[in-house]
Amino acid sequence: MNELLGHFNYWIVIFLMMMGLYMVIASSNLIKKLIGLGVFQSSVFILYITFGKIKDGSPPIITQNVEIYSNPLPHVLILTAIVVGVATTSVGLALIVRIQEAYGSTDEDDIYDKDDFDIKSRSIT
Amino acid sequence: MIENLHLLINVFLLAFLVLIVFAAINTNNLFVATMLFGIFSFVTALLFLDLDAVDVAFTEAAVGAGFTTVLMLSALRLTGAFENVKHRQSVLGLFIVVLTGAALIYGTADFPRMGDPNSAVHLNLAPEFIQLTQEKIDIPNVVTAVLASFRGYDTFGETVVVFSAGVAVLLLLGMGQVEPKKEPEQNVVLRIVVKPIIALILIFGLYVQFHGDFGAGGGFQAGVIFASAFILYSLVFGESYTRKVIPAAILPRLAALGVLIYGVTGLASLLFDKPFLDYNALSSNPVSGQHTGILLVEAGVGLAVFATVLLIFYSFSGVNHNE
Repeated sequence: MNELLGHFNYWIVIFLMMMGLYMVIASSNLIKKLIGLGVFQSSVFILYITFGKIKDGSPPIITQNVEIYSNPLPHVLILTAIVVGVATTSVGLALIVRIQEAYGSTDEDDIYDKDDFDIKSRSIT
Repeated sequence: MIENLHLLINVFLLAFLVLIVFAAINTNNLFVATMLFGIFSFVTALLFLDLDAVDVAFTEAAVGAGFTTVLMLSALRLTGAFENVKHRQSVLGLFIVVLTGAALIYGTADFPRMGDPNSAVHLNLAPEFIQLTQEKIDIPNVVTAVLASFRGYDTFGETVVVFSAGVAVLLLLGMGQVEPKKEPEQNVVLRIVVKPIIALILIFGLYVQFHGDFGAGGGFQAGVIFASAFILYSLVFGESYTRKVIPAAILPRLAALGVLIYGVTGLASLLFDKPFLDYNALSSNPVSGQHTGILLVEAGVGLAVFATVLLIFYSFSGVNHNE
C-alpha cells in the first residue's frame, strides 16, 4: 500500500503530461494547443515539487522547534520557471493574434489550406 | 495522522486535476477551456501548498491562475472563442501518447518514493543551502536566500528572459491606442467595491515584496500582484484611465530599469574585487551586505516583472482587431 502511494504522484503527473501532449497533437486550434502545452508544463512543475517533499517536513522557512525542512532547491527552480512560463506563453499568444490577423483563423487546417491556395495561385500567374 | 491527511488531500487534488483536463480536452468552446485552465492552475497552487512549496504556490496562484487567464481572455477577444467542431483523426496521436506515457511510467520505477528523506535529491546541496542560509545570510526564508543569493546568476537570467518576452510581445503587437471609453462601467456596486480592493492589492503587493525575506513571497510574486491592481482598474474603469496613471511609453523603460538594478548590484561587487553578484562586498559586515544585496535584487526583479506584465496586458488590449 505504501509502495503504491509512494509512486502515485509520478503516475498522475505522467498521465497529466500525456493528456497535455495529446491536446497539442489532436486539436487543430492554436489556442487549444497552447493550453495543452500549459498543462504539460504544469505537470512537470508538480513532478519537481513532488521530488522536493520530505515526509513530516515543513515549508523551508527557518522556524524554531522545526527539525525537517522540505527541499528548497526544486522550489526555487519552479518558482522562476512559472514566471518564465507565463512570459513565453504570452509570446505564443501574441504570435497567434498575428496569425489570426494574417490568415483570419487560428485553426491549423485553415491556415494550411490558405497557404496551399496562395502557392497555387502564385504559380499560375 | 497529519501526514496521512496531507496524503489524502494530495490524492484528491491530483484526481481533480485529471478531471479538469478531461473536461478541457472535450470542450469545443475555447472560453470554457481557458477558464478550466485557470481552475487547473489554482488547484495546482493548492497542491504545491500541500507539498510544502509555499513560495511556488503563491507564484502559481498569482501568475498561473491570475495573469495567464486574463491574458488568454484578451487573446480570445481578438481571435474568437470557438474551435472548429470537426475533430481530427488522432489515432496516431493517441498511439504516440500512450507509448510515451508507458515508457515514462516504466521509468518511474527508479524514482525515489515520495517523501523519502534519504533520496539522492535531498542529500546534496539542499542541506548545505539550509545550513548556509542560517550562517551566512541570516534570513528565515531559504527559498529567497537561494533564489537571490546562492543562485543569483540563474535568477538574473530569468529576469532577462521575462524582459525579453515583454520586448517580443511589444514587437509583435505594438503598444496600440485605446479610445477613451465613452460610457464607464455602469455597475455601481462593482465601481465602489473595486476601489478599496485596489488599494488593498497595492499594499499587499508591497508587503509581499519586502516581506519575501521572512515569509512566502518576493519580487516575482509582488510584481505580478502590483500589476494585477492596475489590470483590475483597467477592466472596471476602462484602460484609457489606467494609461493616464502609467503611460504605456514608460513601461519598457521601467522593465529595463529593473534588469539594470539587478545587473548593477552584481557589478558593484566586482568593484571590490569580489565575484559578480557576491553581496558580501556591499557592506563591511558580510551578513548585512547579503541583506542589502537581496533587497536590491528583489526590487529589480519586482520592478521588471511588474512593468513587463502590465506592458503585455497593454499590448494585448491595445490591438484593434477591425483595423
